[in-house]
Formats: sequence, C-alpha cells, structure tokens
Amino acid sequence: MINKTKNLQQEMTRISGVNPRKCMKCGKCSATCPAYDEMEYHPHQFVSMVENGDIEPLLDSQSLYRCLTCFACVDRCPRGVEPAKLIEAVRLVAIRRQGANHMTANDVPDMLNEDLPQQAIVSAFRKYTK
Amino acid sequence: MKVSYFPGCTLKNKARDLDEYARKAAEALGVTLEEIDNWQCCGGVFTTANDEIATKLSSVRALKAAADKEQPLVTVCSACHNVIKQTNHAMQQNSSFSTAVNNYMGEEPYKGETEVYHYLELLRDLVGYDAVKAKVVKPLKGLKVAAYYGCLLLRPHAAMQMDDPENPQIMEDLFRALGAEPVVYARRNECCGGYITMESPEFAKAKSMDIIANAKAAGADMLVTACPLCRYNLLKTGTDMPVVYITELLAEALGVKENADD
Ligand code: SF4
Ligand code: SF4
Repeated sequence: MINKTKNLQQEMTRISGVNPRKCMKCGKCSATCPAYDEMEYHPHQFVSMVENGDIEPLLDSQSLYRCLTCFACVDRCPRGVEPAKLIEAVRLVAIRRQGANHMTANDVPDMLNEDLPQQAIVSAFRKYTK
Repeated sequence: MKVSYFPGCTLKNKARDLDEYARKAAEALGVTLEEIDNWQCCGGVFTTANDEIATKLSSVRALKAAADKEQPLVTVCSACHNVIKQTNHAMQQNSSFSTAVNNYMGEEPYKGETEVYHYLELLRDLVGYDAVKAKVVKPLKGLKVAAYYGCLLLRPHAAMQMDDPENPQIMEDLFRALGAEPVVYARRNECCGGYITMESPEFAKAKSMDIIANAKAAGADMLVTACPLCRYNLLKTGTDMPVVYITELLAEALGVKENADD
C-alpha cells in the first residue's frame, strides 16, 4: 500500500513537474478558482493530498472533471506551485486506465446543439478521454 | 507583409466570421494571412503533462511549417493561440520533451524558433496601432466596448507573454485606435466556463452571467472576444448584450465588413 502510494506520488510529480512541498497553504488557488463551488476537493487540497499520499479519493472524485483549465491558479499562486498541472496529472492517471474515460464518443450526440463550436467538443475530449 | 496563418477547426465551421473578417481586415492593413498546408486541429486545450507527446504534434508541425517559410505564425482563435504558444514554449524550455517530439518530425528538428503571434499582437507589434488607426474609415464613435479576454489569451503568462495578465491593455488600446471607448471591468479575465458547457451547461451559464452582469454594470454596449467558445457561452445565457469577434469590429471600422464572404 505504501509502495503503491509512493509510486502514484512519483508518477504525478513526473507528469506534472509540480513540487507540492513548495506550497505555503495560503489558499489563494482555491479562492480564485472559478470551479470552486462545483468541486469536492479544491485546488489547494489536490496539492496537500498528493503531498500527504491521500491520493485514492482524488482519483475517484468528480472534481477531476470540474477544472476548467483556466490557469488562474497557475498564474496567481504566490509560490509558483501551479496546482492545475497537478490536477491534470491526477486526471491523466485516472483516465489513462483502460476503460476509465470520462466521456466517450457515444455521449456526444446528446450534448450537441446547432451553435456549439467544435472547440467545445475537441477540448472536452482532450480533457476527459484517452 | 506575409505571415503564416493557422485558422483552426472552429474557424472553418461555427466561427467562419472570425476567420473571414480576420483575412479581410489584414488585407486592408497590408498583411496577407497565408494558410499553412495540411494543418490539423490543435486539440482545443493544452495538456500541461510533460509526457503528452502525440497531442502536441499538430502544433509542432504547424510551427515547423512556418519556420520553413521563415514567417511568424499567426492565429486568431484564442484556443489555437494558447495551445500553439504553450507548445512552442515547451519546445524551447523542456529539452526532454523537445527530444521526444523530434522523434516524430523529419530529419530537420524543430527547436522552438518560430515566433507565434495572436492576431491582436500582429496588429499591435507588427502592423502598429497607429497604422491601424490611420486606416480607420468608420470610427466607432460613442460605442462603449468591453474587452472579454477570458483565460486563454493571457494565461499562463510565462508562455503567453501577450500582456499583463491581471491588467491587460491590448484590446482596450485597439478599441481606442478604432475610435471606440473601452470599458474596463473586473471580470474581463475570468473564465466563461469553457468546455464544461458540454457536461454542465448550467455551470457555464452561471460563470458567463457573472461576466455579462459585471460588464453591464460598467456601462458596456457590447462584449468583444477572440474565442468562439467564450462567445457561445456568453450568448447561451440568453443575454441581450451583443457579443462580437474582435475581427468583426475591426473589419467594420476599416470599412471592409460588407464585402466579407459568407
Ligand atoms: S496558491 Fe499556491 S501556495 Fe497558496 S495554497 Fe495554492 S498552491 Fe499552495
Ligand atoms: S485551472 Fe482549474 S483548478 Fe485552477 S483555477 Fe482554473 S478551474 Fe480552478
């Protein structure tokens, strides 16, 4: 179990390049996050939970799919932690597992309308699907 | 002046206006946008993961095509611009990433040498706002215009380097050159909800309504954006506030709007 957690931590650090230990727990990332109200775990919690090895709850959380990739937390963190990069890494670890895609092509037709730009579809696929 | 141009998939489809007006206005300013051959969709969002290679190849190939012609690469869609600039930044800064990418390229490696310009940067830095102003035939007098930057134009600043990400001026300065009156409001660089509209239209609507309410309170007559998805989300709120593309406003002021193709 301990080894598995360590492996996950290393994997997420490798993918993201984020060092969670730089965080000074100011909460600014979460305060500025436009998806805050929609998230069970907030950006600062992703940072501290990965640091503490409390990773499984993050992998199972819908919060992974609420991040809007707005990069506000990246630019506004006073310590250069770049939480969104870590969230991206956790999401990738989750959806790279076989059969764990959050969205499939079959889901798309029901979401379409006449005005929806292609940009929305390709962006959602890039974030939710491997 | 000739520049390489990456239109992107949405500008060939739901956002044709953004593309057509961009080309017409550029011609009026003495710039030809040369569409690069065989471009592929940028993917819409940049994946920050260091080990994502394949998803960034379309950007690298576009960058290399511009490098081969020794031209800067211009994009007008906020999303394409964001993805291509972040990819270029990664090619310059991250040698293991750039090595991995070049395994998929031809014999000549690409090392991040192309200069990437958003259309706004093309106007400001290569054409110059004074030259734009000199070509205005229909000044937008009395029009109170609120720039909506959203996230993609400005962030992350380390890669985008377009403007101060918390106090941008690039659109406001353009509006002044066109004779309009810029309206500055707090939420101009906050997120409209983006692609979350696919899964949760209500969430995107709430975000977009905050932005519109804020711009309205500041006295705006219209919102202006460079992003098809921002425009979609803002209009989907059912607002009566017009939301137009930067290129449409520009084409209007330059007097070339009418002869744009359908
Ligand atoms: S803004 Fe940065 S330093 Fe502050 S809590 Fe978030 S990650 Fe930590
Ligand atoms: S990038 Fe994601 S986590 Fe960071 S502020 Fe934006 S929505 Fe929140």
